[in-house]
Amino acid sequence: MTSKDATGEKNAPVAEAEDQAKAPSADYTATVRRARVQDKAATVILTVIVVLIIVGLAAIIAYILASGAGKLVDPGFLTKKPEQFKAGGGIGPELFNSFYLLVLTLVISLPISLGAAIFLTQYAPQGPVTNVAKTAIETLSSLPSIVVGLFGMLTFVLTFHWGFSILSGALTLTMFNIPILVRVIQQALEAVPRDQRDAALALGLTRWEATVHVLVPAAMPAIVTGVILSAGRVFGEAAALIYTAGQSAPELSWAAPITSLANPLNVFRPAETLAVHIWKINSEGVVPDLTAVSAGTAAVLMVCILAFNIIARIAGRALERRLTAE
Amino acid sequence: MTEAAPIQARPIDPVLHTHDVTVDYSGKRALNETSLSFESGTVTALIGPSGCGKSTFLRSINLMNREIPGCVIGGKVVYHDINVNARGIDTLWLRKRVGMVFQQPNPFRKSIYENIAFALKSHGMTKRADLDERVEKSLRSAALWDEVKDKLHDSAYALSGGQQQRLCIARTLALDPDVVLMDEPCSALDPIATFAIEETITDMASRGICVIIVTHNMQQASRVSNRTAFFLMGTMVECGDTPQIFGAPKDQRLNDYLNGRFG
Repeated sequence: MTSKDATGEKNAPVAEAEDQAKAPSADYTATVRRARVQDKAATVILTVIVVLIIVGLAAIIAYILASGAGKLVDPGFLTKKPEQFKAGGGIGPELFNSFYLLVLTLVISLPISLGAAIFLTQYAPQGPVTNVAKTAIETLSSLPSIVVGLFGMLTFVLTFHWGFSILSGALTLTMFNIPILVRVIQQALEAVPRDQRDAALALGLTRWEATVHVLVPAAMPAIVTGVILSAGRVFGEAAALIYTAGQSAPELSWAAPITSLANPLNVFRPAETLAVHIWKINSEGVVPDLTAVSAGTAAVLMVCILAFNIIARIAGRALERRLTAE
Repeated sequence: MTEAAPIQARPIDPVLHTHDVTVDYSGKRALNETSLSFESGTVTALIGPSGCGKSTFLRSINLMNREIPGCVIGGKVVYHDINVNARGIDTLWLRKRVGMVFQQPNPFRKSIYENIAFALKSHGMTKRADLDERVEKSLRSAALWDEVKDKLHDSAYALSGGQQQRLCIARTLALDPDVVLMDEPCSALDPIATFAIEETITDMASRGICVIIVTHNMQQASRVSNRTAFFLMGTMVECGDTPQIFGAPKDQRLNDYLNGRFG
């Protein structure tokens, strides 16, 4: 471009633009100013909201940890059995019960949920039946857990005569967990771009191969995150367990035969969990240090769930790298 | 056969022809009766404005439209004397023989090697040496081998868009198809990547593959194809040798389209 071009042909539009910049219309200025003010206001309001949430959550976490600190540093607290009448009891059986129930629940609910989600997203024809199933799952996932608990009591505890037991508790938690898991897995599968499935089908693969080898691996990080987050909810659940897994924790011994109530793996023994323990000692506890025990249990519960969340992120990322070679 | 290929001048033995193929989406007709035939070793371009039915036609050749709920394909799709649009035809076999490359590059979220080996494995190739050989051969066919040979186990997503599309072509060629359907394979790519894909298309045809390509780009159609079919509003209007279609269109609508009057 020569200087002649720049001064000659280009001059007019530049001058015009400068005029516009110097003297924009009043309407235009007002609109721009209003948009800027709105943007600033939104930034301030949103920041304040987020700060409030973070401060609130941090305060709760700090309070729970501080209240439970006394028991957390007590070396026997995590392993000893609870005391009925005197101070110094632990939460050993409750801690084990919580994990055992969680593992059993996931072992039962994960395959069922995965199958249901795959069926609903990949196989089910779009139609009234599928829509009813989806609505039912959504309704069930927001059902109050005490309702699920009472249903579990009527079905497993009373009708099936399993009593207050780990099996009754695990199946009740399964009912509580399946709708949540199905939704999470369904969303994860639906978030995989459609062209991935098309690519697999166009290569002459079956829907099953496309699902197992393409869709599920691509959705795996989201599935893992969802499963572990739902595990956090199951782990902290109390209402569904009070009338199904019971409120007593027999002292456990690995030496006991499998039929004994003391055998940790016996699924027909009653099993109070951490969350139920907190509820129970606060409502009917008589030990002198019940406030400390309750706070300590709450702190342990929270640390476990925090650990789940951190593990969820790390595991999700690691699995993603492994499955996608990224 | 003659009514299936009304515009064919030469006597041919088509690898694929369609006879009055129609496509309806939930009772709404998207493609009127279309009869075309395709020979081995040729490139056929399907052109026309958006929504004219060219992609719909392409996706009915390997019956991919069946994956869309409410879609019904009518008429006959005859592949090597077998009408594949019939009950009891194994679509898995058909799609292995009739490959497809999509508009957006859609490699799997796997390594470059696995993108190709995965479908081979599920079609029964299990020996590592066979897989290695086929992966290399198909990557060479898609002119991608030299660029990726040192990073076969890296993610396919680390590749550029053009490389990803060539990987998708390699993935299709690995199954040794004799027909390859391409649905606007270059529309998401820059001119250099487009040029590389066009070279690959010409190369595929020279090795006897029947290539059918949907394209928006008429320069591309005239560069790569031997024959061209023009679609408009769900109807195949005119089909002929590419120089004739672009140089001496018979139908007024094609003439208007080529002169930019619409579309």
